[in-house]
Amino acid sequence: MELLLVALVGVLYSAGIYLMFRRSMVKLLLGFIILGNGANILIFLMGELTKGKAPIIDAEETHFVDAYADPVPQALILTAIVISFGLTAFAIVLLNKVYSTTGSDDLDSLNIQDLDI
Amino acid sequence: MISNFILAPIFAHMFTAVLLMFFWKRVQAQKIISIIGNSIAFIMCWRLFSATWKYGNITLQLGGWEAPFGITFVSDTLSAVMVLLTAIVSLSVGIYSTSAINISRIKYGYFFIYHFLIMGLMGAFLTGDIFNLYVWFEVVIISSFVLLTLGGKKRQMEGAVKYVTMNMLASVIFLTAIGILYGITGSLNIADLANQVAIIENRGLVTVTSLLFFVGFGIKSAVFPLYFWLPSSYHTPPSAIGAIFGGLLTKMGVYSLFRVFTIIFKPDDFILQVFIVIAILTMISGAFGVINKRNIRRILSYFIVCHIGYLIAGIGLYTELAFVGVIFYLIHDVIVKSNLFMMSGLIQKIRETQDITRLGGLYKDYPKLSLIFAVILFSLVGIPPLSGFWPKIMLFQEAFVQKQYVLLGTLIFASFITLFIVARIWSEVFWKDLLKPNSEEIDHFAPFSKSGKIALILPITALAGVSLYIGLNAPVIIEVSERVAHEMKNPSIYIDAVMKNLK
Repeated sequence: MELLLVALVGVLYSAGIYLMFRRSMVKLLLGFIILGNGANILIFLMGELTKGKAPIIDAEETHFVDAYADPVPQALILTAIVISFGLTAFAIVLLNKVYSTTGSDDLDSLNIQDLDI
Repeated sequence: MISNFILAPIFAHMFTAVLLMFFWKRVQAQKIISIIGNSIAFIMCWRLFSATWKYGNITLQLGGWEAPFGITFVSDTLSAVMVLLTAIVSLSVGIYSTSAINISRIKYGYFFIYHFLIMGLMGAFLTGDIFNLYVWFEVVIISSFVLLTLGGKKRQMEGAVKYVTMNMLASVIFLTAIGILYGITGSLNIADLANQVAIIENRGLVTVTSLLFFVGFGIKSAVFPLYFWLPSSYHTPPSAIGAIFGGLLTKMGVYSLFRVFTIIFKPDDFILQVFIVIAILTMISGAFGVINKRNIRRILSYFIVCHIGYLIAGIGLYTELAFVGVIFYLIHDVIVKSNLFMMSGLIQKIRETQDITRLGGLYKDYPKLSLIFAVILFSLVGIPPLSGFWPKIMLFQEAFVQKQYVLLGTLIFASFITLFIVARIWSEVFWKDLLKPNSEEIDHFAPFSKSGKIALILPITALAGVSLYIGLNAPVIIEVSERVAHEMKNPSIYIDAVMKNLK
């Protein structure tokens, strides 16, 4: 299971970065979303996968006796998902607005003002 | 002293922002509330600074969860200094905005977002938890996205695409670094991480993680290969927004670098060498970038890049005296850069252009104003009694003592270019005669009401006064910087303050 996730993280990161290098704005956005998901799975993976052991102490015990699933990475991912949701929503509106003001999906066409010194 | 007081600067801005939402589209009320909120926050920040100065580090464990488990807020001297600088700049720019920002922008929530941005900055400077730092970073960048695009002009949109993309990428890299760091240490508290990282045997993994942090923060603070988003976006928004961005946002990245590389990671020779090389390249690329620019705000954008190199160089030298110089430079730079952007806005109002070849005759038309501008520009260069001089001399000396001659040469080169460009701005904008005489239609400054003029000039004068104070009362600032440098060089002070309850 770990190995599968490691491969998945690698694929998501490389696909995300490749898409961000493209000139199209839509691909840039998709690249960012994929990269963000890759980061979330990475955090999930770094917290060590423990199946079916909730971090709850039994009534007769006073401390954990067995390995349990770490709840912190899940809390981190939840926060990161919410944040990236907001960022993605903003980016979609921004790119839509850029498209309607410049009339182009090509990122290279946005450098007009950089040409004058 | 109740440690809950640490949160006061954050809450002051949050309540102001929430209150502003109830006055949507009522411009006059928003202006008054914003000024009052900024003033209250300034008093709180001053109290926090003086308390930290008097009683040492203040820590707050949120929700009563002790240090490694809960979220910690820490106000050590570095945080307190940064918070105070933020308060000074936000108060000045807030007053400036009441007159400089267009009514339609205020109607669509300029002040509301402005206070959320400042709240995020305060939180980032005060938090003692690395993931919480990430969340504050996001608060800041989302607010900055909105400020950058508010108004929706074409050139704003073009700049915003680059800014948004690079900042989102930086966030993902920062998040990746946090994920790996949590995987190898099992902690998120900065003080606890320092202890945990020190005992890890796989040093290669630690070095890679620290470099990931360097890339993430490096994009935000605009260091050499990752700076290009800054000059292509910072000149697009109005000058008040440029002042906040130029003064504080890049410094937030530098502050995080200080935190991460003085407390969590102990940089080895390889990382220090990386820092020095990056610093040299940042200064050179900033300096070469600035030479052929004619737009004042573009010149300022490249100055930001160029002078970030000074701060990175200080980390690369990694001695106590270098840290003193760096902290002094940081204090000076935040004030001067914000003020320069406000100055460029005022010039734009007077002449309706930012192009230095088409400007001129400002000294003849506005002699008193030009005197204030002279103080700002000469502080930036560091003409001896003014504020830029002292930190530069310390950095030169330390680079010389450490036998980093290439770095020393670059520091002098960057200073020289700064001097050259400032001299050119001075002669082109202030001394040269205007090509065609200024007519009434062009000068948008003269028809301003009396209170409008005061709101524009007062903050610039006040910040110029702060610059003068920093330059003329250098021993006071050096004393503050020495204490910060001492704490940076001895991270156990910070760690003990956070973890004291465990002992």
